[in-house]
Amino acid sequence: MRTDGARRRPEPGTIAVIVAVGGFVLLQALMWLGVLNPYWQQVLNLAGITLISALGLNLIYGYTGQFSLGHAAFYGVGAYASALLTRSLGPGAGTLLLGIVAGAALAALVAFLIGLPILRLRSDYLAIATLGFGIIMKVLLDNSDAVIPMMGGSSGMSGIARLTTFPWVFAFGLAAVLVMRNLVFSSVGRALVSVREDELAAEAVGIDTTRYKTLGFVIGCGYAGVAGALYAHLYAYLNPFSFDFLKSIDVLLVVVLGGLGSISGTLVAAIAWTFLLEGLRVALPASVQDWRMVIYPLVMIVFMLFRPGGIFARTEFGFLKPRARRGKE
Amino acid sequence: MTYFLQQLINGLQLGFVYALIALGYTMVYGIVRLINFAHGDVFMVGAYLGFFALASWGLPFPLAIVVAMVGCAALGVFIERVAYKPLRNAPRISALITAMGVSLFIENFTNLNFVFGPTPRAFPRPFAVRTFGLGGVEITNVQLIVFGVAILLMVGLSLFVGRTRTGRAMRAVSQDRDTARLMGINVDTVISITFGIGSALAGAGGVLYGIAYPQIQPMMGIMPGLKAFVAAVLGGIGIIPGAMLGSLIMGVVETFTSAYVSSTLRDAVAFGILILVLLVRPTGLLGKSHSDKV
Repeated sequence: MRTDGARRRPEPGTIAVIVAVGGFVLLQALMWLGVLNPYWQQVLNLAGITLISALGLNLIYGYTGQFSLGHAAFYGVGAYASALLTRSLGPGAGTLLLGIVAGAALAALVAFLIGLPILRLRSDYLAIATLGFGIIMKVLLDNSDAVIPMMGGSSGMSGIARLTTFPWVFAFGLAAVLVMRNLVFSSVGRALVSVREDELAAEAVGIDTTRYKTLGFVIGCGYAGVAGALYAHLYAYLNPFSFDFLKSIDVLLVVVLGGLGSISGTLVAAIAWTFLLEGLRVALPASVQDWRMVIYPLVMIVFMLFRPGGIFARTEFGFLKPRARRGKE
Repeated sequence: MTYFLQQLINGLQLGFVYALIALGYTMVYGIVRLINFAHGDVFMVGAYLGFFALASWGLPFPLAIVVAMVGCAALGVFIERVAYKPLRNAPRISALITAMGVSLFIENFTNLNFVFGPTPRAFPRPFAVRTFGLGGVEITNVQLIVFGVAILLMVGLSLFVGRTRTGRAMRAVSQDRDTARLMGINVDTVISITFGIGSALAGAGGVLYGIAYPQIQPMMGIMPGLKAFVAAVLGGIGIIPGAMLGSLIMGVVETFTSAYVSSTLRDAVAFGILILVLLVRPTGLLGKSHSDKV
């Protein structure tokens, strides 16, 4: 990293917050003026939710190096938990906030219980175990109405209040990015990266790898829980089908396209990818709609073959970097 | 008891189909350490090739199996050359993500209307179904054919891997690729042959699946593919007899879950077994354990 010239600039995080708030005001104004119609507002919200979920997966896979194919399961846990809560307590801003917190907490708790045993597994074994967990979770959700009738089982859960609005998504998206930035550049973040780079060496220098792997996994799944809670109250309807294996691959694709271990990459890829998919839905005639699903895996293959590091390849926007200090790096 | 034996036979029928898929998974994993997610889709293509051979071209049943096997072998080798070979020295997860991409591509491409199309098709039965009674237990000629063809192919594979020069080269590459290359083995060719054989077996599995459960559609390979992989892990991935044993166990357990517990829970049970095996004995039933080396 270059250190020259960086000293006189203000704290990069400050600029980021100013730019973000400016962007928020601009987007909100566009919505008021009716330039952004409800359809695109929905897409914007979806992009924010994808961003939060993908940041979580990036922490698990991109930074900690633990390949998870079950991310959508935790997203589903957050969605159902929060929806149950707001339906039981009545709709409102307070219950939504409570629902998001509860969704995140439950997703993190499940991640902790599942993570303790399965994070001992390495690379593709872990991948297949998390995939298995995802499928089990979907089967449980499909049969959930036997235990809690309100969850609706395979026919889906309806009657959820439509509480998620753009300010909610924006606030949580911004918080997610800032928390992630501070986390990955802290000593904890360094420890997570060391586990990714070489588990044996990390252990040799005194890093409790099991603890950090679990920590990364739990926080990442907590992010998925937040995203799920926002999703539940955006569409007001949940179906186990939305949390299956393919959904996990969706999120993985965003993380891989953006760049493993890059917050900027996830940020750009989550927004660009959501808008691209929706844009193609509008732009393409109905007869070639099916081709979207053909192009999508091709993008995945081409990126892996020609640019495995993703768009950003572990670099960051200036405002997401820690302040350069003299004498270090 | 009769019901139990009947379900056992049904379970073995499913298990033999899984076995033909699992063998390809396990052979490929043994040689290139890659979970070839697209393998389940090769199985699906095999079922469609069998369908076209029987329904459109009017070929006899044994020839339909040959067509499916040859077509799938070509597809498998093509996939390996185009998508996996360039990534042979990349991180394992890059190859894994590519494999998922290939899998999704095959599913969604064949789902297009001008290819196979999303509508399920009825698989033609080239012969009348006959049922034989055996002390109260019934067995159909379809089941006998599934058992027979699967056993024949597995014996053939064992002989090939165990007795031929190419088979020996395959075993050498799976033990140590670099040393095998130093011994004058053309590693690229051996890997292609492995993909070819594995895919051919999956193709035969697809046709057998078609006559046993006569409805096919482009997404049909996903679940059998994943479960066959679980079976390969259960038996010990990379070990050929392990894949056969694991598959038969999987097929029987799944059928028993449907019969005695609940058919909606059978996927959960299958993947529950997977997680349990990975935690308790990650090397599988027939595998030998070894720890990490620096």
